[in-house]
Amino acid sequence: MVSAMKEAVGRVAFDLKRQSVRDLNQFLHGDLSEVREVVVENPDGAHSLAVGVNAPVHVEICGHAGYYAAGMNKEATVQVRGNAGPGVAENMMSGHVEVGGFASGGAGASAHGGLLVIRGDAGLRCGISLKGADIVVGGDVGSFSAFMAQAGRMVVCGDAGDGLGDSLYEAVIYVRGKVRSLGADARLEPMKDEDHGAVRALLAAAGIAHSSAEFKRIASARALYHWNADANQTY
Amino acid sequence: MPTRLTDEPPAHLQLEESASFDRHIIHYIQRAAATGLYEIRGLGAKRRVPHFDDLVFLGASLSRYPLEGYREKCSSETVLGTRFAKRPVKLDIPITIAGMSFGALSANVKEALGRAATEMGTSTTTGDGGMTAEERRSSKTLVYQCLPSRYGFNPDDLRKADAIEVVIGQGAKPGGGGMLLGQKVSPRVAAMRTLPEGVDQRSASRHPDWTGPDDLAIKIKELREITDWQTPIYVKVGATRVFHDVKLAVHAGADVVVVDGMQGGTAATQWAFIEHVGIPSLAAVRQAVDALEDLNKKEEVQLIVSGGIRTGADVAKALALGADAVSIGQGVLVALGCNSNSYVQDGEQVSAAADYHKLGTAAGFCHHCQTGQCPVGVTTQDPILEQRLQPAVGARRVRNYLKTLNMELTMIARACGKQDVHHLEREDLVALTIEAAAIAGVPLAGTTWIPGRN
Ligand code: SF4
Repeated sequence: MVSAMKEAVGRVAFDLKRQSVRDLNQFLHGDLSEVREVVVENPDGAHSLAVGVNAPVHVEICGHAGYYAAGMNKEATVQVRGNAGPGVAENMMSGHVEVGGFASGGAGASAHGGLLVIRGDAGLRCGISLKGADIVVGGDVGSFSAFMAQAGRMVVCGDAGDGLGDSLYEAVIYVRGKVRSLGADARLEPMKDEDHGAVRALLAAAGIAHSSAEFKRIASARALYHWNADANQTY
Repeated sequence: MPTRLTDEPPAHLQLEESASFDRHIIHYIQRAAATGLYEIRGLGAKRRVPHFDDLVFLGASLSRYPLEGYREKCSSETVLGTRFAKRPVKLDIPITIAGMSFGALSANVKEALGRAATEMGTSTTTGDGGMTAEERRSSKTLVYQCLPSRYGFNPDDLRKADAIEVVIGQGAKPGGGGMLLGQKVSPRVAAMRTLPEGVDQRSASRHPDWTGPDDLAIKIKELREITDWQTPIYVKVGATRVFHDVKLAVHAGADVVVVDGMQGGTAATQWAFIEHVGIPSLAAVRQAVDALEDLNKKEEVQLIVSGGIRTGADVAKALALGADAVSIGQGVLVALGCNSNSYVQDGEQVSAAADYHKLGTAAGFCHHCQTGQCPVGVTTQDPILEQRLQPAVGARRVRNYLKTLNMELTMIARACGKQDVHHLEREDLVALTIEAAAIAGVPLAGTTWIPGRN
């Protein structure tokens, strides 16, 4: 991008006061073989920052992001040095997305792979429809988190709201704090060795220090996997 | 109270059937009492609703000039997605193939549809299960659905798509999520959807990362950003409050709005949903056109209508009412052999009667797609049954069907004096029933009366 300021080899800065989100994303979809790092200044809560990136580049968003930051990310490392709006890292396939502050609703929605780290709290429906990605939340998660989560793991270092893990498939949730209520078909299960290992590895990847012994495991009771009259299914 | 009798009963039996509790309803109640579960079935609404059949064209005569049927050209070229997308979809015919999932359909069927559509210069659409390699290979123009479930949804396939269809709902079940019963969740289907094999899959009815029309606008922008504003974005709604929904879809930034009426099919949905939720396609198309005209967007945003489009006459009527294209699901399945007594294996007709019987039905009545035991190999994941539909045979039949529809369409357009099928207009139509006249907003035949409008 001609207008992008090349400060040093491999480092490109975008100032969203003067450049558009379109410019940023178009650049991120181009040939990034020479680019190591893209810095986004003055993001000012703009939507769709660094979406559809398909390369192992490092993107730093210096401030708050709006909806869908790092949406559909593949391979890239995206850091939001602020809060993120709804759907951060939605449908991520791989890579690493980190939110320094809080994340709004639907964080990591339907993400297939990669790691999403939220240092603060996450809002409603964190990890909804999760399809294989890992999510680590340093604080609390809102209600209806991991709704219909199909695969992947979610580690919550704080508390969880109502209806956690409603209609879970094969995703597994680890919670350190209190769970206000579990959703339909979600149940507490004993922590096994592999669970401790998983929690330790995910916390290490996120750079958060807690003991895995403080976490409990929540997974699907699998009672809704097949229709039958006596399960009183409401759908 | 009139008495309805079954065929020639003995005279001494009292057989007074209740209109409210007829045999159909008695069977329904007894089934419910026995199972404690609603009935789930395939295809679309079976009851009679006001439809395109209730309209006829006013061909040219003295006041209008017809085109010579075989000599004068009548174009059916169709361009979709001209509003914001840099790369609109260009089709040779205004008849597209509706979204049907790999999972609901076999991979062979998906391939057959792709081949037929490519030959005819039209598009196919993925479904609630992601894009298969077979389909991408065989279909020159492929519309990629973004559904609430997001099964198999990924940026690589998104970038390969020729158009993106954000599915809010479908005509068979507006407000409902997808369903695929365990017998169809084969290892490959399960892997594509990230589900355990054999699970009775019920998918979400709301998108996971947005709620409401304001969010949808932001979501659409995200999809545009990911695809660098190249790819047209359709928004598909099941027909309910069509006037408002179409306006909201336009405000949210859709290039194309797809409206699916209640006759639209499904692979598996609750019976009561199919028959009792949503409005007929005839009503939907008129409301959709009214909405676009109200916004002065008729020339900018294209409209695709689906749900119960079967014939070239249906296509012509939908276009005359203001649609830019139609989308066909069930008609295409029937062309492939759905509800046919036999299937073709290496050029030979083989009877499927016994297999319909096993499902408790017969050719002509089947709606048992949910079982995965399709007697003609169309809606199945069974490795043996799916062989009954050979891609080459299926592709030829679907191509022939689409060809026939387009010939009928251009024939009608010429008879109405149009050099382009998109020149068909509301003024070319009249209605045969008062209901259809009121719903479609065209005069009752032989009168100038449009009920509710003049
Ligand atoms: S014949 Fe096959 S496709 Fe047609 S209704 Fe029966 S099961 Fe469905």
